[in-house]
Amino acid sequence: MSVALQPPAAGALRARDEWYARLRLILRSRTFLVGFVILLFWVCCALFGEAVVPYDPYADDVLNSLLPPSAEHWFGTDQLGRDVFSRVIVGARDILTVAPLATLVGTVLGTALGLVMGYFRGLVDEAVSRLVDALLALPTVIVALLALVALGPSTLTVILVIGFTFAPIIARTVRASVLAERELDYVAAARLRREGALHIMFIEILPNVLGPILVESTVRLGYAIFAVATLSFIGFGIQPPSPDWGLSISANYGLISGGFWWTVLFDGLAIASLVVAVNLVADGIAGALSD
Amino acid sequence: MIGFLAKRAGLSLVTLWLLSVIVFAGAQVLPGNLGRAMLGPFADQRAVDQLNHEMGTDRPLLVQYGDWIAGFLTGDLGQSYAYRAPVEEFLLPALANSAKLALVAFLLVVPLGILGGIVAALKVNRPLDRAIMVFGLSATIVPEFVSGIVLILVFGVWLQWLPLSATWPTGADFGTQLYHLLLPSIPLVLILFGYIARMARAGMVEALDADYTRTAVLKGLSRRTVIWRHVLRNALLPTISVIATQTAYLIGGLVVIEVLFHYQGIGSLIYTAANKKDFPTLQAGVLVVGIVFALASLAADLLYALLNPRIRLGSA
Repeated sequence: MSVALQPPAAGALRARDEWYARLRLILRSRTFLVGFVILLFWVCCALFGEAVVPYDPYADDVLNSLLPPSAEHWFGTDQLGRDVFSRVIVGARDILTVAPLATLVGTVLGTALGLVMGYFRGLVDEAVSRLVDALLALPTVIVALLALVALGPSTLTVILVIGFTFAPIIARTVRASVLAERELDYVAAARLRREGALHIMFIEILPNVLGPILVESTVRLGYAIFAVATLSFIGFGIQPPSPDWGLSISANYGLISGGFWWTVLFDGLAIASLVVAVNLVADGIAGALSD
Repeated sequence: MIGFLAKRAGLSLVTLWLLSVIVFAGAQVLPGNLGRAMLGPFADQRAVDQLNHEMGTDRPLLVQYGDWIAGFLTGDLGQSYAYRAPVEEFLLPALANSAKLALVAFLLVVPLGILGGIVAALKVNRPLDRAIMVFGLSATIVPEFVSGIVLILVFGVWLQWLPLSATWPTGADFGTQLYHLLLPSIPLVLILFGYIARMARAGMVEALDADYTRTAVLKGLSRRTVIWRHVLRNALLPTISVIATQTAYLIGGLVVIEVLFHYQGIGSLIYTAANKKDFPTLQAGVLVVGIVFALASLAADLLYALLNPRIRLGSA
């Protein structure tokens, strides 16, 4: 009995050591660390921003509208006299809720779909692959726009639409990894033990394809932020009165020819720093896992 | 070769058909009662019924779908609800405008991206390579409206080198049009640069490492000849498919760029139709975008097959 238990325990230990080794590799990557610090900063802003900002990000103060940056208002004030600095800090909150949730929906759906496609192959695989091709022929923003017009803009719709459009892309990555795994001996052994297909897919194969899934979903998080910001900018994403960055740029960009650059520049830099940070993190993880 | 082409064209047709179903589902099935969706919750029921009857949306879905596709194939894209005019009347000029903008962006980004990839590959794993790759990666993920706003601020408002609006005065000559299109095309260039540079670099690194390159060097050919005649030719093949695949994302970006720069293209047409709940226009616009993409990827495969002797001469 104890002999039979030995191999899986040793195997689990080795797997854990391997993950520690990978984690050390990831932490040694400079691009990862830079990205991680910036990301951490925005996550803190999202969590605690409202408690620490100097002004109420929603409070109008029309007498002090469109003031340039000063000691009192570090990033100036917008058309309604709201403090831009406070709005930029609190603006991290909604996009950092919607984009990760959308990525989660896409990852869960995509992983399940990819496992089924890769494991069963045949007709299911062929049919889903064609559907994936058709969906990929349309840019995410346009698919999302179509669905949001049809269903009406709401945060839940944004999450689901981006999640659904990302699922086939993630499924394709998972499928490729599963195709390689299903030929290995441990899958054959599980079949000989008469394990069910569900058990083999989710208990045997899934843990071995977590690496590519992690990389793909981090990359997708970057694109989810991209998509949410873009949808908010064109009015179909996060809705007012949120101090969301894309929304603020869309409300204020008509003013820039008048020289009121501070009402859009800081929001723009915030979006850019967030997406670049996520991308650096993804690059760091991908680099460490591929070695 | 013929077999490969036939198979590829067949797959494109299947993709296009699925795409039309998705678009139809999005624009005509999802909203439920289309007349109600367009007129709003407070409109009179008789007006809603009247509109549904005018648009034919009170008929069975299969009939509507068949009618829509048949119309599309004969160049009848339906009647715009917002403009009270046939959709093709303003969709085609918008498509031409977008093509101009996309062409300027393409003509800028393809040489720049390939050049960036080649330079990076020749300095592989050195600081310059890292710098180009990190820049490309970062530029790819920054939304177009963000880079667009910064570019407008710097070149339009502060330096005043370039106009803020992409729309040129009527009757403007080629040079003036180009002058107006330069600024809006840069955000698209930034998005695509990273992909193209990355593919060109990967192809180059592989080709530089290949046996035929070593043979060429050992034969005593100069570095210039080796790179021009042996490396580049093999390295750039995969880059072609990436360039075509990116067309779709270019069009996705057009929505935002055209709104930001006040330009009358297919992107701003889709945006306006979305805001006005003009479903016939929206539906036609989105399907046209899909068709453009499917054609571009088919063209890329053809080009790839023509340039790659293994497919050109093979029986695949």
